[in-house]
Amino acid sequence: MECVFGLVGNDFAVVVADTSAVHSILVHKSNEDKIMILDSHKLIAASGEPGDRVQFTEYIQKNVALYQFRNGIPLTTAAAANFTRGELATALRKNPYSVNILLAGYDKETGPSLYYIDYIATLHKVDKGAFGYGSYFSLSLMDRHYHSGMTVEEAIDLVDKCIMEIRSRLVVAPPNFVIKIVDKDGAKEYAWRESVKDAAVASA
Amino acid sequence: MKLDTSGLESAAPVWGAPSELVDGFSAAPSFEVPNTTDFDGFQKEAIQMVKPAKGTTTLAFIFKEGVMVAADSRASMGGYISSQSVKKIIEINPYMLGTMAGGAADCQFWHRNLGIKCRLHELANKRRISVTGASKLLANILYSYRGMGLSVGTMIAGWDETGPGLYYVDSEGGRLKGMRFSVGSGSPYAYGVLDNGYRYDMSVEEAAELARRAIYHATFRDGASGGVASVYYVGPNGWKKLSGDDVGELHYKYYPVMPSTVEQEMVEVAAA
Repeated sequence: MECVFGLVGNDFAVVVADTSAVHSILVHKSNEDKIMILDSHKLIAASGEPGDRVQFTEYIQKNVALYQFRNGIPLTTAAAANFTRGELATALRKNPYSVNILLAGYDKETGPSLYYIDYIATLHKVDKGAFGYGSYFSLSLMDRHYHSGMTVEEAIDLVDKCIMEIRSRLVVAPPNFVIKIVDKDGAKEYAWRESVKDAAVASA
Repeated sequence: MKLDTSGLESAAPVWGAPSELVDGFSAAPSFEVPNTTDFDGFQKEAIQMVKPAKGTTTLAFIFKEGVMVAADSRASMGGYISSQSVKKIIEINPYMLGTMAGGAADCQFWHRNLGIKCRLHELANKRRISVTGASKLLANILYSYRGMGLSVGTMIAGWDETGPGLYYVDSEGGRLKGMRFSVGSGSPYAYGVLDNGYRYDMSVEEAAELARRAIYHATFRDGASGGVASVYYVGPNGWKKLSGDDVGELHYKYYPVMPSTVEQEMVEVAAA
C-alpha cells in the first residue's frame, strides 16, 4: 500500500511518498519520512520492506558521500542512479533487496532528472514515474496532465490531484504524504499533506 | 554477515578418480540434496515451525515526564500457557529498557548482547550511548540475520542527553522512531485504549494508569496475553519499576462485582 510517485518540471524535480509505516493491519506510524536526502541535490524516494528500505538507502547515501570525499566532486544524478542499480543487480541473485526507488536530482549541466529503479534492478530515466498500488491512479493522471516544462505551481497541483485520487479510490489509502523537491538551490522538503494528525504533536 | 556457502562447493569429482578417457574433465559442481519432497519450501516451513507467534502485549510511550513502558507476562505455546510470570521488560542498562515480543530466547540474548555493546561504547567513548545509537546497533544486528528465523519485536526506551527516546526494532530489520508503540498479538487492543487516553502532558501517575489500563484491556480480549501487568517509568535518572499487578485482580478493581437484585430466589419446597 506504499505510494511513491514523482515527476520532472521546468527546472526542478518533485517526488512524493506516503508516510505510513504499516505492519499487517496495524499502522505503527503515520509520519515516517520515506524520502531521503541523498546529497545536496539528490533525493531518494523508496518503498519496500522496512529493513531493506532504510538500510539500502543509507548504504547508497554513505557511498555517495564517500565518493565526494575521495574525489572532491559530487556524483551526477545519472552516476548515482547507475551505482544504485548496480548494487541492486549484484545482490539480486544472492541476497536481494526488496526496495523500489525513485531517484530525483538536479545537475548544473543537465538540469533536473528522475530515475525509476525497481527492486529487480531495472533502471529507466523518466519524466514521471510511480510505485505501489497508488501508481494505478497516479500514472494515468500524470500521463493526462503532464507536459514538459511545468512550473512548480502546476506540478504541485498535479501532485495534489494524484494524492486526492489515491485517498478517495485506494481501499487502504495512506492518510498522509510528504512532498520533496530538488532544484538548482538544492533538495528540500516542500510540504506535508496530512489528513490524520498524530495526537502527540511534539517532534517524532 | 557473510553466509557460509562452503557446503555448495564440491571438494572432489563425484565419480571416482579421473581416468585416461576423461582426462582433464572434472565433475559438475554438486551438493547434497536434502531428503524432502518440497525442496524449495522446506526451509521456510522449518522456520515457521520454530518461529513462535508474538503472543504478548507490550507497549511504550513518550510523554512530558519521560517514557512509560508496560508489558504482560504470559508465555504461550499454541493453546498451552507455559508461564504466567515471564519478565518481558528487559533492563539493558540503568537508563535503557527493552521489551520482549516474539521468541523469548532471541529477545533475551540479543538484548543482553546490546547491553554489552552499550557498555563497550561507554568505555571506548567515555560517555553513554544514545537511544538512537543503541537501537541502530540492535537493528543492524537483526538486519544481518534477516530471513534466518529470528523472531524479535522490541521497543528500546531510554533517556539520553536529548531527552526521552523510543524506538521500535524488529527482526525483519525495521526500525521506527516514534512517540508511542505497542507490539504483540494484543497490540491492537492496547492501541485502542492507549491512543484514546493519550495526552502529552500527563503526570507520571496518570501515564502509569493509562499504561496499566491498556495492558489490562489487551489481556482481557487477547488469549495469548495475561498474567501480570508490569509498568516501568524511564526518567532523567534512569528507569524505575512502578507496579506489577495481576490482571485478574485489576479486572475486579476496574469492574467490581455489584450486588444485583435477585429475580427469583430458590426456596425450600415444603415437605409434602
